[in-house]
Amino acid sequence: MALDLIIGGIFALFTGALVAIPACRHSLGRPVVYGLTAAACGVILTAAVLGPGAGLGPGAAMERTLPLGIPWVGAHLRLDALAAFFLVVINLCGAAASLYAIGYGRHETLPGRVLPFFPVFLAAMNLVVLADDAFVFLFAWELMSLSSWALVMVHHREEETGQAGYVYLVMAGFGTLCLLLAFGLLAGSDGGYVFDAIRAETLAGWERSLVLVLVLLGAGSKAGIVPLHVWLPLAHPAAPSHVSALMSGVMTKVAVYGLIRIVFDLAGPPASWWSVVILVIGGVTAVLGVLYALMQHDLKRLLAYHTVENIGIIYIGLGLALAFQANDMPAGAALALTAALFHVLNHSLFKSLLFFGTGAVLTATGERDMEHLGGLIHRMPVTASTFLVGCAAISALPPLNGFASEWLTFQAILISPNLPHWGLKFLVPAVGAALALAAALAAACFVKAFGITFLGRPRSPAAAMADEVDGFSLGTMIALALLCVLAGVLPGLVVDGLSGVAVELTGSRLPAQASLPWLSLIPISPARSSYNGLILLVFITFTSTIIATVVKRFASSALRRSAAWDCGFPDQSPATQYTAQSFAQPIRRVFGRAVFGAAETVEMPEPGSLAPARLHMRLRDRIWEYLFLPVAAAVEAAAGRANAIQFLTVRSYLTLVFAVVVLLLSGLALWR
Amino acid sequence: MHGLAFDVSHLLAGGLVLISLMLLYQDRMYSLLNVFALHAVVLALAVAWQAHIQTAPHLYLTAAIALLFKGAAIPIALRRMVQRLGIDRTVETVVGVGPTMLVGIGLVALAIMVMLPITGQADVLTQEDLAFALSVVLLGLLMMVTRRNAVSQVVGFMSLENGLILAAAGAKGMPLVVEISVAFSVLIAFIVIGIFLFRIRERFDTVDVQVLDGYRGEQP
Repeated sequence: MALDLIIGGIFALFTGALVAIPACRHSLGRPVVYGLTAAACGVILTAAVLGPGAGLGPGAAMERTLPLGIPWVGAHLRLDALAAFFLVVINLCGAAASLYAIGYGRHETLPGRVLPFFPVFLAAMNLVVLADDAFVFLFAWELMSLSSWALVMVHHREEETGQAGYVYLVMAGFGTLCLLLAFGLLAGSDGGYVFDAIRAETLAGWERSLVLVLVLLGAGSKAGIVPLHVWLPLAHPAAPSHVSALMSGVMTKVAVYGLIRIVFDLAGPPASWWSVVILVIGGVTAVLGVLYALMQHDLKRLLAYHTVENIGIIYIGLGLALAFQANDMPAGAALALTAALFHVLNHSLFKSLLFFGTGAVLTATGERDMEHLGGLIHRMPVTASTFLVGCAAISALPPLNGFASEWLTFQAILISPNLPHWGLKFLVPAVGAALALAAALAAACFVKAFGITFLGRPRSPAAAMADEVDGFSLGTMIALALLCVLAGVLPGLVVDGLSGVAVELTGSRLPAQASLPWLSLIPISPARSSYNGLILLVFITFTSTIIATVVKRFASSALRRSAAWDCGFPDQSPATQYTAQSFAQPIRRVFGRAVFGAAETVEMPEPGSLAPARLHMRLRDRIWEYLFLPVAAAVEAAAGRANAIQFLTVRSYLTLVFAVVVLLLSGLALWR
Repeated sequence: MHGLAFDVSHLLAGGLVLISLMLLYQDRMYSLLNVFALHAVVLALAVAWQAHIQTAPHLYLTAAIALLFKGAAIPIALRRMVQRLGIDRTVETVVGVGPTMLVGIGLVALAIMVMLPITGQADVLTQEDLAFALSVVLLGLLMMVTRRNAVSQVVGFMSLENGLILAAAGAKGMPLVVEISVAFSVLIAFIVIGIFLFRIRERFDTVDVQVLDGYRGEQP
């Protein structure tokens, strides 16, 4: 029943895409299409919540074979606890993005380029999660890539967009190719591409290891692990904001789903070194992602780099789960996997919220560059407060949801000394340190993002004249902020909801949390560690109320209004405020030289000259320079050589064909 | 009976290879067309013999098609075309006759070396038949490569097609529809190529395909 509803929802989304083609010319087209996608997402969400993850328990997966796709094979779909969880993530954010877009999309100059592709994008992501054979999986995966590419290319006349779209297309094609090869290996020699046949297949050790590498390249490039993240900060900001939110908050999660489905479910028992690879990738991705983010002053690009960081955190959780699973510690594996999936949910919530906030700022001011913003908290109080909730959540501050999931990840790290493997005993604490560093830097980064954008004084007339955005956008942001708080205060409910997935993939689960007193979260045992978001929330509310009351009541009531002290500098230009660049400078000084080859030069005018002094700052993206540019140059050179083949005469082509036939035949004759 | 069946089909298929080699060194248009007609007649005989020994009556139809179209209709049409184009003079070969023949012999050897080992399970008759058929195909391809005149390239293409039909007839159980469709595709190719020949001639006053290269726009 649940699966039929979900399939119906997906068909409704595809229908929405067809409806959108004629509807986009009409002024009512936008609310109708987005309303339809929101309703379809709502239906799928309800069905997924009531599906096998919650009520029926593990093992009660539902399956359907639709007579679509390849003749006599059909399209296999399956709804199990893992799929149900990811459907919840996709459709929660999908519904939010649709509602937000009813208001936000009003400012879209080219609705005909957005409306038809948006439902297809959502449907494709749902289909990836439901797929139960490699054909459907890869088809949906590629459909997801292409429809999101079309959404990235909406404003294709802008030069940056064109480049972003090109890089994205190349990376997406590369990723799908890797996944195609991975499924080819998984299917074995008899070519059973249905997932049940793949599960039954036993592969040799090296084949499974090759599958891991290919999946890390394929799903990892889509998720944005370092060093395959380069397309992400280009493509995510280029799309309209509600699409950026979906790409950053949801599509990267679908990529995480691909990794989990293949590595935990299809590929068979993990080898011990797999976890090492994933842990190292996770640690490096988390730290580098946040360092890149700190260097940005474009809000959307900053958020996109933070997606890279959060994918690193999720990968750390997954790596730990693999480590525990390879060493036969199912309880630890369940804990780490639950932490990773909890973070998947959390990140999709607060990243969507932050992108919506950025979209609101973009609508109100037309600016994404923080250096031209400032003081928006006075003009846009609701956007500012919801954005602040998102910032606190992504910086992992209690009592919000980001803290709960990162705390769970740390709990998994803290039981790692029980691992028998010596390498892991040393590696996991190091990764833990990287995670802590990333969390601290993320907090610094969001102090910058919020402070420069919303506090201080406006740095441009556009920021000074900004107005609060429409009701749909604000309502969606408030709802997401409330969800962030709710998931932080009631983490036990989410953890219980994830128990089905944990049992399905690791054979174990965390202790039931719902019955614990005071809604505590106790991952292992009460003697070891526990967390209670509710008590923290009550404590924070209580103390801040008391402090506010005390200050109001007992402070001196004698007020004297006067001009603000001007530090002996009478010109109060907004340019004298802290900028995003100057805020990040201390961190740039510490990490920039090693990571980015940062170089600062000060250009002082001659004494007596009236020319301004200048500070030049140069950052280099070493991954782009040393990894991607050489590959691009090699491809270019090879293409230049091969280009000559296009200009041969008819007889030369005939001769070429003849020579190849003779060569192949001689090879056949000699080789046998 | 088996010995005779084997010997005769061996003779006919071998004859086809021999005529393919003869095609390579014909440097006059009319003699080229005559040899091509002979090629088709021998093919028809070979196919008819296969029909007889396999007791597959539908192969008689294939043989009849080969005899009518390739043995008579196409050579006559080509002959009239050559007359109308006024190119009944020497055919220029790109490579000399001696080297071409040597390469041709090499190709026959290659075809036998490839086919005999990999068709090990089949009976001897099919094995040899396939080896000869591949030789005919390769020789037809060689002819298309070494000739510059469009008409002789067409003849090379048709003789290549003959090799395919020989292979199809030699393999037991090939459905008739395959052979008929091959025959029709050849006919259509012939019509298209014929139209093209006159178009080329109209435009450039010659059917030497090398002249075309200068008119491609990108590069001389």
